[in-house]
Amino acid sequence: MTPMSVDVSNYIGLSAVIFFIGVAGVLARRNPLIVLMSIELMFNAANLALIAFSRLWQNNAGHIFAFLVITVAAAEAAIGLAIVVVAFRRSKNVDVDEVAGMRG
Amino acid sequence: MILFWVLAIALVLSAVFTVTQKSPVYSVVGLLANFVALAILYLTLNAEFVFVMQIVVYSGAVLVLFLFVIAMLSSGVGPFAEGPNRLPNIIGPALGVVAAGCALLVYTLARVPLQAPPPPASAAAIGQAGEAGVFGSVSDFGAALFSTHLLPFEVTALILLVAVVGVVVLAGDAAPMATRGRHAVRRPAREREPIAKGRR
Repeated sequence: MTPMSVDVSNYIGLSAVIFFIGVAGVLARRNPLIVLMSIELMFNAANLALIAFSRLWQNNAGHIFAFLVITVAAAEAAIGLAIVVVAFRRSKNVDVDEVAGMRG
Repeated sequence: MILFWVLAIALVLSAVFTVTQKSPVYSVVGLLANFVALAILYLTLNAEFVFVMQIVVYSGAVLVLFLFVIAMLSSGVGPFAEGPNRLPNIIGPALGVVAAGCALLVYTLARVPLQAPPPPASAAAIGQAGEAGVFGSVSDFGAALFSTHLLPFEVTALILLVAVVGVVVLAGDAAPMATRGRHAVRRPAREREPIAKGRR
Protein backbone atom coordinates (compact mmCIF):
# COMPACT_ATOMS: atom_id res chain seq x y z
CA MET A 1 0.00 0.00 0.00
CA THR A 2 1.04 3.51 -0.58
CA PRO A 3 2.33 5.58 2.29
CA MET A 4 -0.16 8.02 3.81
CA SER A 5 -2.84 5.39 3.43
CA VAL A 6 -5.36 4.75 6.17
CA ASP A 7 -5.89 1.29 7.57
CA VAL A 8 -8.75 -0.46 5.82
CA SER A 9 -10.39 -1.30 9.15
CA ASN A 10 -11.10 2.41 9.54
CA TYR A 11 -13.10 2.36 6.35
CA ILE A 12 -14.99 -0.72 7.52
CA GLY A 13 -15.79 0.95 10.84
CA LEU A 14 -17.00 4.08 9.08
CA SER A 15 -19.15 1.93 6.82
CA ALA A 16 -20.73 0.21 9.81
CA VAL A 17 -21.45 3.53 11.52
CA ILE A 18 -23.21 4.87 8.43
CA PHE A 19 -25.12 1.62 8.04
CA PHE A 20 -26.46 1.82 11.58
CA ILE A 21 -27.40 5.46 11.15
CA GLY A 22 -29.45 4.27 8.18
CA VAL A 23 -31.01 1.48 10.25
CA ALA A 24 -31.95 3.98 12.94
CA GLY A 25 -33.52 6.21 10.30
CA VAL A 26 -35.63 3.39 8.88
CA LEU A 27 -36.78 2.41 12.36
CA ALA A 28 -37.47 5.84 13.73
CA ARG A 29 -38.89 7.88 10.89
CA ARG A 30 -42.40 7.68 9.49
CA ASN A 31 -42.02 9.95 6.49
CA PRO A 32 -41.69 7.48 3.59
CA LEU A 33 -39.24 9.67 1.71
CA ILE A 34 -36.84 9.82 4.63
CA VAL A 35 -37.18 6.06 5.07
CA LEU A 36 -36.12 5.66 1.43
CA MET A 37 -33.20 8.03 1.96
CA SER A 38 -32.10 5.98 4.97
CA ILE A 39 -32.16 2.90 2.76
CA GLU A 40 -29.91 4.74 0.31
CA LEU A 41 -27.55 5.43 3.21
CA MET A 42 -27.40 1.71 3.94
CA PHE A 43 -26.68 0.89 0.29
CA ASN A 44 -23.86 3.41 0.36
CA ALA A 45 -22.40 1.93 3.53
CA ALA A 46 -22.38 -1.49 1.88
CA ASN A 47 -20.66 0.01 -1.15
CA LEU A 48 -17.99 1.59 1.01
CA ALA A 49 -17.28 -1.77 2.66
CA LEU A 50 -17.09 -3.48 -0.74
CA ILE A 51 -14.65 -0.96 -2.11
CA ALA A 52 -12.52 -0.97 1.03
CA PHE A 53 -12.21 -4.75 0.89
CA SER A 54 -11.51 -4.52 -2.80
CA ARG A 55 -8.61 -2.21 -2.01
CA LEU A 56 -7.42 -4.55 0.72
CA TRP A 57 -7.26 -7.53 -1.62
CA GLN A 58 -6.14 -5.48 -4.63
CA ASN A 59 -8.89 -7.09 -6.65
CA ASN A 60 -11.37 -5.04 -8.61
CA ALA A 61 -14.23 -7.54 -8.41
CA GLY A 62 -15.45 -5.41 -5.51
CA HIS A 63 -15.69 -2.42 -7.83
CA ILE A 64 -17.84 -4.45 -10.22
CA PHE A 65 -20.10 -5.46 -7.38
CA ALA A 66 -20.34 -1.88 -6.13
CA PHE A 67 -21.40 -0.89 -9.63
CA LEU A 68 -24.11 -3.55 -9.48
CA VAL A 69 -25.24 -2.27 -6.08
CA ILE A 70 -25.46 1.29 -7.41
CA THR A 71 -27.70 0.05 -10.20
CA VAL A 72 -29.91 -1.86 -7.80
CA ALA A 73 -30.12 1.18 -5.53
CA ALA A 74 -31.20 3.40 -8.41
CA ALA A 75 -33.87 0.90 -9.43
CA GLU A 76 -35.00 0.60 -5.83
CA ALA A 77 -35.27 4.36 -5.47
CA ALA A 78 -37.31 4.66 -8.65
CA ILE A 79 -39.75 1.90 -7.70
CA GLY A 80 -39.93 2.99 -4.07
CA LEU A 81 -40.75 6.55 -5.06
CA ALA A 82 -43.39 5.32 -7.50
CA ILE A 83 -44.98 3.32 -4.68
CA VAL A 84 -44.89 6.39 -2.44
CA VAL A 85 -46.58 8.45 -5.14
CA VAL A 86 -49.32 5.86 -5.66
CA ALA A 87 -49.91 5.43 -1.92
CA PHE A 88 -50.03 9.18 -1.47
CA ARG A 89 -52.53 9.57 -4.31
CA ARG A 90 -54.75 6.96 -2.74
CA SER A 91 -54.87 8.07 0.84
CA LYS A 92 -53.23 11.50 1.12
CA ASN A 93 -51.25 10.57 4.13
CA VAL A 94 -47.56 10.80 4.84
CA ASP A 95 -47.23 8.17 7.51
CA VAL A 96 -45.85 4.74 6.70
CA ASP A 97 -47.74 3.28 9.64
CA GLU A 98 -51.05 4.43 8.21
CA VAL A 99 -50.52 2.71 4.87
CA ALA A 100 -51.89 -0.63 6.01
CA GLY A 101 -53.99 -1.62 3.03
CA MET A 102 -52.24 -4.98 2.70
CA ARG A 103 -52.69 -5.98 6.31
CA GLY A 104 -54.25 -9.43 6.44
CA MET B 1 -4.77 10.62 6.42
CA ILE B 2 -6.21 13.99 7.39
CA LEU B 3 -8.44 13.79 4.33
CA PHE B 4 -9.89 10.51 5.55
CA TRP B 5 -10.84 11.87 8.95
CA VAL B 6 -12.29 15.07 7.54
CA LEU B 7 -14.39 13.05 5.11
CA ALA B 8 -15.39 10.57 7.80
CA ILE B 9 -16.65 13.31 10.09
CA ALA B 10 -18.47 14.95 7.19
CA LEU B 11 -20.05 11.61 6.28
CA VAL B 12 -21.30 10.85 9.77
CA LEU B 13 -22.57 14.38 10.37
CA SER B 14 -24.39 14.55 7.05
CA ALA B 15 -25.91 11.10 7.62
CA VAL B 16 -27.20 12.15 11.04
CA PHE B 17 -28.48 15.39 9.50
CA THR B 18 -30.30 13.40 6.82
CA VAL B 19 -32.01 11.13 9.30
CA THR B 20 -32.99 13.76 11.84
CA GLN B 21 -34.34 16.58 9.68
CA LYS B 22 -38.06 17.19 9.75
CA SER B 23 -38.40 18.40 6.20
CA PRO B 24 -37.48 15.96 3.40
CA VAL B 25 -35.89 18.76 1.37
CA TYR B 26 -33.26 19.33 4.05
CA SER B 27 -32.73 15.59 4.16
CA VAL B 28 -31.98 15.61 0.45
CA VAL B 29 -29.40 18.34 0.98
CA GLY B 30 -27.77 16.29 3.73
CA LEU B 31 -27.81 13.24 1.51
CA LEU B 32 -26.12 15.23 -1.26
CA ALA B 33 -23.27 16.18 1.07
CA ASN B 34 -23.06 12.54 2.15
CA PHE B 35 -22.83 11.27 -1.41
CA VAL B 36 -20.18 13.77 -2.45
CA ALA B 37 -18.02 13.03 0.59
CA LEU B 38 -18.43 9.32 -0.06
CA ALA B 39 -17.40 9.77 -3.68
CA ILE B 40 -14.17 11.49 -2.62
CA LEU B 41 -13.62 8.65 -0.18
CA TYR B 42 -13.95 6.19 -3.07
CA LEU B 43 -11.25 8.15 -4.87
CA THR B 44 -8.89 7.70 -1.93
CA LEU B 45 -9.52 3.96 -2.28
CA ASN B 46 -8.47 4.01 -5.98
CA ALA B 47 -12.01 3.30 -7.17
CA GLU B 48 -12.06 5.81 -9.99
CA PHE B 49 -14.98 4.50 -11.99
CA VAL B 50 -17.15 4.04 -8.91
CA PHE B 51 -16.33 7.63 -7.96
CA VAL B 52 -17.74 8.87 -11.25
CA MET B 53 -20.74 6.56 -11.01
CA GLN B 54 -21.45 7.78 -7.49
CA ILE B 55 -21.52 11.40 -8.62
CA VAL B 56 -23.51 10.79 -11.78
CA VAL B 57 -26.03 8.21 -10.59
CA TYR B 58 -26.61 9.25 -7.00
CA SER B 59 -26.03 12.98 -6.92
CA GLY B 60 -27.26 13.44 -10.45
CA ALA B 61 -30.16 11.06 -10.85
CA VAL B 62 -31.43 9.61 -7.58
CA LEU B 63 -31.44 12.89 -5.65
CA VAL B 64 -33.15 14.73 -8.49
CA LEU B 65 -35.78 11.97 -8.47
CA PHE B 66 -36.29 12.53 -4.75
CA LEU B 67 -36.59 16.27 -5.29
CA PHE B 68 -39.13 15.79 -8.07
CA VAL B 69 -41.26 13.56 -5.89
CA ILE B 70 -41.10 16.01 -2.99
CA ALA B 71 -42.05 18.86 -5.29
CA MET B 72 -44.89 16.85 -6.81
CA LEU B 73 -46.35 15.60 -3.55
CA SER B 74 -45.96 18.70 -1.44
CA SER B 75 -47.55 21.13 -3.88
CA GLY B 76 -50.87 22.14 -2.42
CA VAL B 77 -50.75 19.58 0.35
CA GLY B 78 -49.80 20.89 3.72
CA PRO B 79 -48.67 17.95 5.80
CA PHE B 80 -46.09 16.56 3.41
CA ALA B 81 -43.63 19.34 3.94
CA GLU B 82 -43.21 18.18 7.50
CA GLY B 83 -43.83 14.52 7.86
CA PRO B 84 -44.69 13.00 11.19
CA ASN B 85 -41.90 11.89 13.38
CA ARG B 86 -41.95 9.12 15.91
CA LEU B 87 -38.41 9.62 17.07
CA PRO B 88 -39.44 10.13 20.70
CA ASN B 89 -41.36 6.86 20.76
CA ILE B 90 -38.72 4.45 19.62
CA ILE B 91 -35.49 6.29 20.25
CA GLY B 92 -34.72 3.71 22.91
CA PRO B 93 -34.92 0.61 20.69
CA ALA B 94 -33.16 2.43 17.85
CA LEU B 95 -30.27 3.42 20.08
CA GLY B 96 -30.17 -0.14 21.38
CA VAL B 97 -29.87 -1.52 17.85
CA VAL B 98 -27.14 0.97 17.05
CA ALA B 99 -25.24 0.18 20.24
CA ALA B 100 -25.52 -3.57 19.66
CA GLY B 101 -24.28 -3.12 16.12
CA CYS B 102 -21.32 -1.04 17.19
CA ALA B 103 -20.43 -3.55 19.90
CA LEU B 104 -20.59 -6.38 17.37
CA LEU B 105 -18.43 -4.35 15.02
CA VAL B 106 -15.77 -3.62 17.64
CA TYR B 107 -15.72 -7.28 18.65
CA THR B 108 -15.36 -8.38 15.04
CA LEU B 109 -12.62 -5.92 14.26
CA ALA B 110 -10.75 -6.95 17.37
CA ARG B 111 -10.98 -10.63 16.52
CA VAL B 112 -10.38 -10.67 12.80
CA PRO B 113 -7.12 -9.18 11.66
CA LEU B 114 -7.61 -7.47 8.36
CA GLN B 115 -4.48 -8.79 6.78
CA ALA B 116 -4.18 -8.64 3.07
CA PRO B 117 -2.56 -11.40 1.10
CA PRO B 118 0.54 -10.24 -0.73
CA PRO B 119 -0.82 -8.55 -3.81
CA PRO B 120 0.05 -10.13 -7.11
CA ALA B 121 2.92 -8.53 -8.95
CA SER B 122 0.75 -7.10 -11.68
CA ALA B 123 -1.50 -5.28 -9.25
CA ALA B 124 1.40 -3.64 -7.49
CA ALA B 125 2.84 -2.22 -10.67
CA ILE B 126 4.22 1.23 -10.36
CA GLY B 127 2.57 3.66 -12.69
CA GLN B 128 0.54 6.76 -13.12
CA ALA B 129 -2.87 6.46 -11.52
CA GLY B 130 -5.39 5.47 -14.15
CA GLU B 131 -2.98 3.61 -16.40
CA ALA B 132 -3.87 0.08 -17.37
CA GLY B 133 -2.39 -2.42 -14.98
CA VAL B 134 -2.53 -0.10 -11.97
CA PHE B 135 -5.11 -1.16 -9.41
CA GLY B 136 -8.40 0.65 -9.79
CA SER B 137 -7.83 2.08 -13.22
CA VAL B 138 -10.84 2.58 -15.42
CA SER B 139 -9.37 0.52 -18.24
CA ASP B 140 -8.90 -2.48 -15.96
CA PHE B 141 -12.42 -2.00 -14.65
CA GLY B 142 -13.83 -1.94 -18.16
CA ALA B 143 -11.85 -4.96 -19.24
CA ALA B 144 -13.05 -6.93 -16.22
CA LEU B 145 -16.62 -5.71 -16.62
CA PHE B 146 -16.91 -6.79 -20.22
CA SER B 147 -15.03 -10.08 -19.97
CA THR B 148 -14.92 -11.79 -16.58
CA HIS B 149 -18.02 -10.18 -15.13
CA LEU B 150 -20.14 -9.93 -18.24
CA LEU B 151 -23.09 -11.77 -16.70
CA PRO B 152 -23.55 -9.30 -13.80
CA PHE B 153 -23.40 -6.50 -16.35
CA GLU B 154 -26.21 -8.07 -18.36
CA VAL B 155 -28.21 -8.61 -15.18
CA THR B 156 -27.76 -4.89 -14.51
CA ALA B 157 -29.47 -4.11 -17.81
CA LEU B 158 -32.33 -6.44 -16.91
CA ILE B 159 -32.73 -4.81 -13.48
CA LEU B 160 -32.98 -1.37 -15.06
CA LEU B 161 -35.54 -2.63 -17.56
CA VAL B 162 -37.63 -4.12 -14.76
CA ALA B 163 -37.40 -0.83 -12.87
CA VAL B 164 -38.55 1.20 -15.86
CA VAL B 165 -41.47 -1.11 -16.61
CA GLY B 166 -42.40 -1.28 -12.93
CA VAL B 167 -42.45 2.48 -12.49
CA VAL B 168 -44.57 2.96 -15.59
CA VAL B 169 -47.03 0.30 -14.45
CA LEU B 170 -47.23 1.71 -10.94
CA ALA B 171 -47.35 5.43 -11.47
CA GLY B 172 -47.86 5.91 -15.18
CA ASP B 173 -51.62 6.19 -15.09
CA ALA B 174 -52.98 9.54 -14.04
CA ALA B 175 -56.11 7.96 -12.58
CA PRO B 176 -55.68 6.83 -8.99
CA MET B 177 -55.35 3.13 -8.44
CA ALA B 178 -58.48 3.23 -6.28
CA THR B 179 -60.72 3.65 -9.30
CA ARG B 180 -59.22 0.76 -11.20
CA GLY B 181 -61.50 -1.86 -9.74
CA ARG B 182 -64.66 -0.42 -11.22
CA HIS B 183 -63.30 -0.51 -14.74
CA ALA B 184 -61.83 -3.95 -14.77
CA VAL B 185 -61.53 -4.04 -18.53
CA ARG B 186 -59.73 -0.97 -19.75
CA ARG B 187 -60.82 0.34 -23.08
CA PRO B 188 -58.64 2.24 -25.54
CA ALA B 189 -58.65 5.97 -25.06
CA ARG B 190 -60.72 6.76 -28.15
CA GLU B 191 -63.56 4.55 -26.89
CA ARG B 192 -63.83 6.17 -23.50
CA GLU B 193 -66.34 8.95 -23.20
CA PRO B 194 -64.99 12.23 -21.93
CA ILE B 195 -65.66 12.54 -18.24
CA ALA B 196 -67.34 15.93 -18.43
CA LYS B 197 -69.78 14.80 -21.09
CA GLY B 198 -70.52 11.37 -19.68
CA ARG B 199 -71.78 12.63 -16.36
CA ARG B 200 -74.24 15.05 -17.83
